[in-house]
Amino acid sequence: MKSAIVVFPGSNRENDAADAIERASGKRPAMVWHKDSELPEGLDLIVLPGGFSYGDYLRCGAMAARSPIMREVIARADKGTAVVGVCNGFQILCETGLLPGVLLSNSGLKFICRDVHLKVANSQTMFTHRYSAGQVVRFPVAHHDGNYFADPDTLKRLEDGDQIAFRYCTPDGETTTEGNPNGSIGNIAGVFNATKSVLGLMPHPENATDPATVGSLGGSLDGKPMFDAIVDALSK
Amino acid sequence: MKAKIHVTLKNGVLDVQGKAVAAGLAGLGFPGIGDVRVGRYVEIELAAKDAAAAEAQAKQMCEKLLANTVIENYRIEIAG
Repeated sequence: MKSAIVVFPGSNRENDAADAIERASGKRPAMVWHKDSELPEGLDLIVLPGGFSYGDYLRCGAMAARSPIMREVIARADKGTAVVGVCNGFQILCETGLLPGVLLSNSGLKFICRDVHLKVANSQTMFTHRYSAGQVVRFPVAHHDGNYFADPDTLKRLEDGDQIAFRYCTPDGETTTEGNPNGSIGNIAGVFNATKSVLGLMPHPENATDPATVGSLGGSLDGKPMFDAIVDALSK
Repeated sequence: MKAKIHVTLKNGVLDVQGKAVAAGLAGLGFPGIGDVRVGRYVEIELAAKDAAAAEAQAKQMCEKLLANTVIENYRIEIAG
């Protein structure tokens, strides 16, 4: 599997994403700087990492979404190349229009940095097929603007098209207000595009893949099946 | 030409910044604080020859970058 991670000024989780991919695939992704106008040939996967690209100027992800490299990313995505955006990467994907909706400021006005529980809403995709439907997983979040919003028509389209990937929930799997850290509509934590080749999510699966963090440190390995699933689907 | 552009959240979109400002104002003792909405104001100098051309250009800028029309409205004024 050939992968690349796009690095913007202000990205900060690119190495965590690279580590997670390397753990799953045995191969380190290429790092592509935002000012480059070309992506490596023959990519199977493009990752937009977490961080605060361009200092969140104007709106989160807005500047990065219009950078030269993103024109290439959009062109590849349109041709079917798999794209994952995590946290700021999700915000960027929404700003480009590759994913519907937008991320508003958290309803509680606070930056949230902790583990959250998520319910797998669709386990039939290249990103999620190593999970079972309705499985509850634990990923960390670290964001101020993770409050997913879409208008009612878009929401209906997402529901009807099975485009919701994960929903925030309680540890018991209840998708209630209690399990919703940031006010996201419908507890939505991550969505797919219509063809399920693009995934965006606010929580950090890449930070739930390191065996050194489990045990007394309280880490999670629940992100590993996502990277294993991607490698499964894309390895030739 | 100068374009003066106001970008504001659409009605019904939660404005947490506005809520924080409302709480801050009430905390300072200002009475009768209702809903507060915080927007963005952008001034752009343009080389356009007339107001119509400047407005057309500013509108494109709003659509492509300055506003996210999923959640925001924009209003353009052109000053000579």
